[in-house]
Amino acid sequence: MDIPYTVQPREDTGLYNAKVGIWLFLASEVMLFGALFSSYILLRVGSPEGYWPRGWLNVPVGTVNTLVLITSSITTVMAWASCKMNQFGRFKVFHACTLLLAVTFVCIKSYEYHDKFTHYEITLKDGRIADGHIVENDPKADHVVISGRYVQDRRDLYDLEVRKAPHHHEELSIPRSQIEKMERYGPWHNTYLAIYFTLTGLHALHVIGGAIVIGFLWGPGSKMWETDPERFTNRVEISGLFWHFVDLVWIFLFPVLYLI
Amino acid sequence: MTAQHDESFDQHVRRYLYVFYALLFGTLITVGASYIPFGNHAINIAVALCIACGKAFLVAGFFMHLISERKMIYGILGFTVFFFLGLMFLTVSAYADFPPLTVTH
Repeated sequence: MDIPYTVQPREDTGLYNAKVGIWLFLASEVMLFGALFSSYILLRVGSPEGYWPRGWLNVPVGTVNTLVLITSSITTVMAWASCKMNQFGRFKVFHACTLLLAVTFVCIKSYEYHDKFTHYEITLKDGRIADGHIVENDPKADHVVISGRYVQDRRDLYDLEVRKAPHHHEELSIPRSQIEKMERYGPWHNTYLAIYFTLTGLHALHVIGGAIVIGFLWGPGSKMWETDPERFTNRVEISGLFWHFVDLVWIFLFPVLYLI
Repeated sequence: MTAQHDESFDQHVRRYLYVFYALLFGTLITVGASYIPFGNHAINIAVALCIACGKAFLVAGFFMHLISERKMIYGILGFTVFFFLGLMFLTVSAYADFPPLTVTH
C-alpha cells in the first residue's frame, strides 16, 4: 500500500506530509532554543555588575563562522533550485559545497573549543591569579608553564575587550607547590561558559546532524533522483528547511555570545 | 520545462542571491555596530538584536519561503510564536517579583 501525499500535496492543506512534519519539528526546536535563550537572559541579568564576561570569544573567528554558515544556506537553497530546474549535476556541486562549509564550521568551532579547554585560571596560595593558555603541564614536573598574566582581582579577568584594555601576555613558570586551584575554561568554570558551551554545543550537534542528512542525500540517497525525482526534490527541500533553521539560530547566537 | 518557467525560476535564484548579499552585509554591520559606543550598553544590545531580527526575517522569509507559505504552516508558527512570547514574558516578569529574602547586587 502506498502512503498518500508523500509527493503530491493534499488538496485541502496544499502540503505534502514531510513538509508538515518538518515544520512541526522546527516549532519544537524553536521552543527548545527559546528555553535556553531565556535561561541565558536570566543568568546574564542576574549576574552581579562586572562579573559577566565580555570579550572572551574571538570576534573575527566568530564572524568567519557566521559567513560560512550564511554561505552554506545559499548553497543549500541553490541545490534545491537546481533539482527544481532538473539540473542534477548542479545539485551535486551545490550540496558538496554545503557539506564542505558544514565541515568548515565544525572545524572552526572545534578550534574555539580547544582554545577554551587549553585556557587555565590558576589561583596561587598568595592570592594572585595566573590566567592564560597552557604551555607545559607535565604531571611529573614541579612547574606549570602558561602564556598569560597575573591579576590580583578576579574581576580583572571578566572584561577582556581588547579595544578597551589591551594586556600583555608572557610566559609564566609557576611552581606546583604554590598552586591552590587550577581550572580549565570548561563549562564548569563559570555560568557564562556553562551557557556558552550548552548553546553552541547543542547548535553544533544540529550542524552535524544536518550535515549527515545532507551527506546522505548527496551520496547514497541521491539514487532516488533516477526513480522518483519529485520525491527526492522534496527531501532536499525538507533538509534545506532544517539547515536554514540552524543558520537562523546562529544568527542570534553570534551577537548574543560574541558581541554584546 | 517552458521558457516562461525558466525565466520565473531565474528570478527566484536572483532573489536568493540578493538575500545572500544582504545577509553578508548584515553580518558586517552587526560586527561594526558592536564597536560603536552608543553611550548605553543596552542600546548596543538593542541594535545587535534588531539587525539579527532583520537577518532572521530574510532567512525565514526567502530561504525558508515563509513569505509565500500555506495557511497551515502559518497556523503552526502562530502557536509557536504565542508560546515563545509567553516564555520570554515569564522570563522578564520574573524580575518584577523577587521572592522574600532574595539577595540583589
